[in-house]
Amino acid sequence: MMNLSDPAIAVRDLRVARGGAEVLHGLTFEVPRGQVTGLLGPSGCGKTTLMRAIVGVQIVSGGEVRVLGEPAGSAGLRRRIGYSTQSPAVYRDLTVLENLRYFAAVLGAPKDDPERVLAEVGLAGAAHQLGSTLSGGQLGRAGLAVALLGRPELLVLDEPTVGLDPVLRQELWTLFHRLAEGGTTILVSSHVMDEAARCERLIVLRQGEILTDDTPGALRAHTGTTDLEEAFLRLIEERAAA
Amino acid sequence: MSFAITLATARRIMTQLRHDRRTVALMVLVPTLVMILLYYVMDDERSFGRWAPILLCVFPFLVMFLITSIATLRERTSGTLERLMAMPLGRLDLLLGYGLAFGLAACAQVALALAVSLTWLGLDLPGPLWPLVLVALLNALLGTALGLLCSAFARTEFQAVQFMPLVMIPQILLGGILVPRGQMATVLEWISDVLPMSYAIEAMAHAVADADPGGEFWRDVVVVAGSAVLALLLGAATLRRRTS
Repeated sequence: MMNLSDPAIAVRDLRVARGGAEVLHGLTFEVPRGQVTGLLGPSGCGKTTLMRAIVGVQIVSGGEVRVLGEPAGSAGLRRRIGYSTQSPAVYRDLTVLENLRYFAAVLGAPKDDPERVLAEVGLAGAAHQLGSTLSGGQLGRAGLAVALLGRPELLVLDEPTVGLDPVLRQELWTLFHRLAEGGTTILVSSHVMDEAARCERLIVLRQGEILTDDTPGALRAHTGTTDLEEAFLRLIEERAAA
Repeated sequence: MSFAITLATARRIMTQLRHDRRTVALMVLVPTLVMILLYYVMDDERSFGRWAPILLCVFPFLVMFLITSIATLRERTSGTLERLMAMPLGRLDLLLGYGLAFGLAACAQVALALAVSLTWLGLDLPGPLWPLVLVALLNALLGTALGLLCSAFARTEFQAVQFMPLVMIPQILLGGILVPRGQMATVLEWISDVLPMSYAIEAMAHAVADADPGGEFWRDVVVVAGSAVLALLLGAATLRRRTS
């Protein structure tokens, strides 16, 4: 049994090599429960690889990843983690609802879950559309809806707001915070800095290393600027000078 | 492994097929049309009676091999396989789901080709019908299993379709259709001995010619079924929860 004050994710000295090159160079951090934690950094910095390691689908070369008290990738975690990938993993030759019904059956989620998650991501109007006829943003939300099935304790969301208009983005962030208030832990990646301000905690990756792991407020205070983009630039300079 | 998840997977694959009516139509109609073509090309009942069972053997295998290898390759490249591997789905759930769904499709295919052959084309069976149906279905299952296995070695759909002649043509050449297996060079006969299609063709010949298929028929059936199970297990081994 794990303690509720234990972190949702505990990563120690995680190393991952892909195609012969090391892409994550010994990461150590924790993600607290019931919060929205942002994983930020430029494209290619290792965000997706790190998320895959947490979900347990990535071959790692060293270190330890514990998720909800169990080693990442354990069979017991498969119902407790919701994962949405950057390119939406849904069947293009099924309707949105058919996709959700299938994944709900695999997860053993309640019968009315597909309708619930469709409403949550604002896709109820496209329920009977084939995946191949959806726009990029709609497909992304369909993928996100799959991750919400079965009310998982941990959501790992890889760039869920890419390509969405500001209103939809706002709605999704509201949803993330509502879920977090209900006790769900959310790890969400983004490469746009203006989304950082919406997170309760930030982990910034750069070239496979952690640049900073702090709250947005503390980050602003530490770097003496209110602009997060500016704060990141100062951190990088600071690191280069050291 | 879970019965409910296997069934849900089979249902999902059937739904995908339902949205693709043209594929279903081709799958069900093509073998029958080729059968009719064969009948008029042969133009005599005896030659047709010799070739018809071979087609009934080759077609379910061929079509299921192609469809399964493309379908699973898509599953691998679209990310849905990774998503499923992160969920409580057993690898056999997925494979048996495919086997079940495409097996049903193969039933429709074989049923129509058989019905037309037995009525309109006057194919004569001295014995019961079930041995023929059994062999055709086992062949469809073997095709599904080998398709799953081969899709693991293809990165693109172009590569996947190239596996079809690679797997198919040697088995047909060495299966005793063109030259009786006993008349081949020893090495070729050895190779023929380990190819499952040789046994499928032999079983089909028994199913069509014998009033009461006996021991040799059952040995062939067991070999084909065993090959399908082996290919399915090897296919399961190629599905990885963790990838690089």
